[in-house]
Amino acid sequence: MTDDTGATEEAAPAAGDGPELLHGAIVTERHGQRVLHVGRDGYAALVAALRADGYDVCLDVTAVDYLTHPGRSGLPAGVAPERFEVVVTLIAFERRDRLRIRVQVPGDDPVVPSLFEIHPGTEAMEREVYDMFGIRFDGHPDLTRILMPEDWEGHPLRKDYPVGRIPVQFKGAPGPR
Amino acid sequence: MTSTNHDDEPTTGGARASAGTGDGGRRRGWAVTSEGGQELAARGEVSPLSFLREAGAVLRLSEADVAAMAEQVSADETMIINMGPQHPSTHGVLRLMLELQGEMVLRSKPVIGYLHTGMEKTAEELTYLQGATNVTRMDYASPFFNELVFSLATEALLEVEIPPRATWIRVLLSELNRMSSHFLFLATNGMDLGAVSMMLYGWRERELLLDFYEKVTGLRMNHNFIRPGGVAADLPPGWRDDVLRILDALPPALEDYDILMTGQPIWRERTQGVGVITAEEAMALGATGPILRSTGVPWDLRRSMPYLTYDELEFDVVVGTYGDTFDRYAIRLNEIRESMKIVRQVLDRIPPGDYRVQDKKVTPPPRGRIDQSMEALIHHFKIFTEGFRVPEGEVYVAVESPRGELGCYLVSDGSARPYRLHIRGPSFVNLQTLPHMLRGGLVADAVAIISSVDPIMGEVDR
Repeated sequence: MTDDTGATEEAAPAAGDGPELLHGAIVTERHGQRVLHVGRDGYAALVAALRADGYDVCLDVTAVDYLTHPGRSGLPAGVAPERFEVVVTLIAFERRDRLRIRVQVPGDDPVVPSLFEIHPGTEAMEREVYDMFGIRFDGHPDLTRILMPEDWEGHPLRKDYPVGRIPVQFKGAPGPR
Repeated sequence: MTSTNHDDEPTTGGARASAGTGDGGRRRGWAVTSEGGQELAARGEVSPLSFLREAGAVLRLSEADVAAMAEQVSADETMIINMGPQHPSTHGVLRLMLELQGEMVLRSKPVIGYLHTGMEKTAEELTYLQGATNVTRMDYASPFFNELVFSLATEALLEVEIPPRATWIRVLLSELNRMSSHFLFLATNGMDLGAVSMMLYGWRERELLLDFYEKVTGLRMNHNFIRPGGVAADLPPGWRDDVLRILDALPPALEDYDILMTGQPIWRERTQGVGVITAEEAMALGATGPILRSTGVPWDLRRSMPYLTYDELEFDVVVGTYGDTFDRYAIRLNEIRESMKIVRQVLDRIPPGDYRVQDKKVTPPPRGRIDQSMEALIHHFKIFTEGFRVPEGEVYVAVESPRGELGCYLVSDGSARPYRLHIRGPSFVNLQTLPHMLRGGLVADAVAIISSVDPIMGEVDR
């Protein structure tokens, strides 16, 4: 899969020492927050390894659709931007440390492995991401819509999903714009 | 009433959609949603993994164990009923599907989304100044926390430093809001368990706090008071006396609660040992706040990862032992006392000074200068029409709301509107603990357990 260039060690920049790595994932830091960049393939293994390291709770799974903002900064060299990003927040209670994982997910094949086996609490959050972005989670036990009605078409938080308007009826008003 | 009815009635949307597209649509495209119902399916029609989850097992069992579990009771001995979405004890529009054998809950599944209004999508259309009006409506019982976490995230991207007085005002309002939110919990929790007078007492004490909010912000709820860059206005004259009056009025009320509920045998009978969850389960499910602390894990962001000025304040983190409904009740009751301690310290330590950052990028000029200076008028106009631009980047900020970790993931593309705003609502995640706490209990206990999770549906559905 060519579009799945996540964090690979050979992608280190030429100048001097390479980027900081944690379990093979590139680490960046901004606003005092550490971010790990990983591809889809190493994603579940990375979360499992981090869990063994003491990052024992997965607090949040969400996603961003970068359709209209593809040239974002913040990605280290070697991580090719894709349309979607799945963003996972982990926390280590013992060390009092937060970690964020950003996974690049291509728009034409939005599938990532589910974290359900590692952190059962991601179940509802992954359903929400599926519902809102149409990103499918491989291995999720019950990947159904959670917030929208089950016969809803489309995924509302995608950037190509228009903001709909329901005309509000006022007495004597000239009709919807 | 039952969910097992998948006949081709024109009213059942799920059945119609799946009949039209079949299984192929599931893999093919995102426009077709044929993944079927969100409801609790009948025994035998449900996959082993889902069965396990609905039966409330976090830790893995083998498939054979699950099959044995599923076969212990045959499907015609059980009944699947809806509790909600319009049930007074579900605190809004939570729909819970329960599989019952007699009075006992075997499996359960929360079905949510009835209050979904697309607030995260709306946030992408609003400027950063308008954004606070949107997020404050999510967790409507603790609106200051929503505003706070959104403002902190925006400020982290802007990299502006907030004046000390603004920070202390934020601490004051947060802690008062924690108290009013917990009073609302005590009121509804008492009501759910039949202590109807508690409903009146809880609302009565909460009213004191809401009156104070009204004096400070102009509104009783949805204040839009904590904004990126500080707070909207300085505290009004006489605020200190008002807070002292509240602090004097509350301790006798809390004593009353102890008599009415904490030490009362019926109350203890209804809550102790009901809806037990272990620390491992709570952590695996991502539960935070009083649910996690009731299992004995002393995790409170105010202490563990301090924000604002919590590292300078003296207070205790209240933890439980058994992880049951009583512990969650007692934690919230005692957190009111801790919040009162914090508020007293704020009264002593709040410094004079500015209530918002004097950064031309973020702050509009004061009202007086608009009459004198054309530039100030233009500046004011620009900030309120276009909004201020926030540097590109992404940030996750969390605060300890009355319900747990309230997080805000904010992505900016450098424009005046958030590119993506995600709120990690503690209630949304905490709801997942319900199947685990309900299993094996009675329907009457289900009411107590739902109440003890204290879900606010505005935040769950957003």
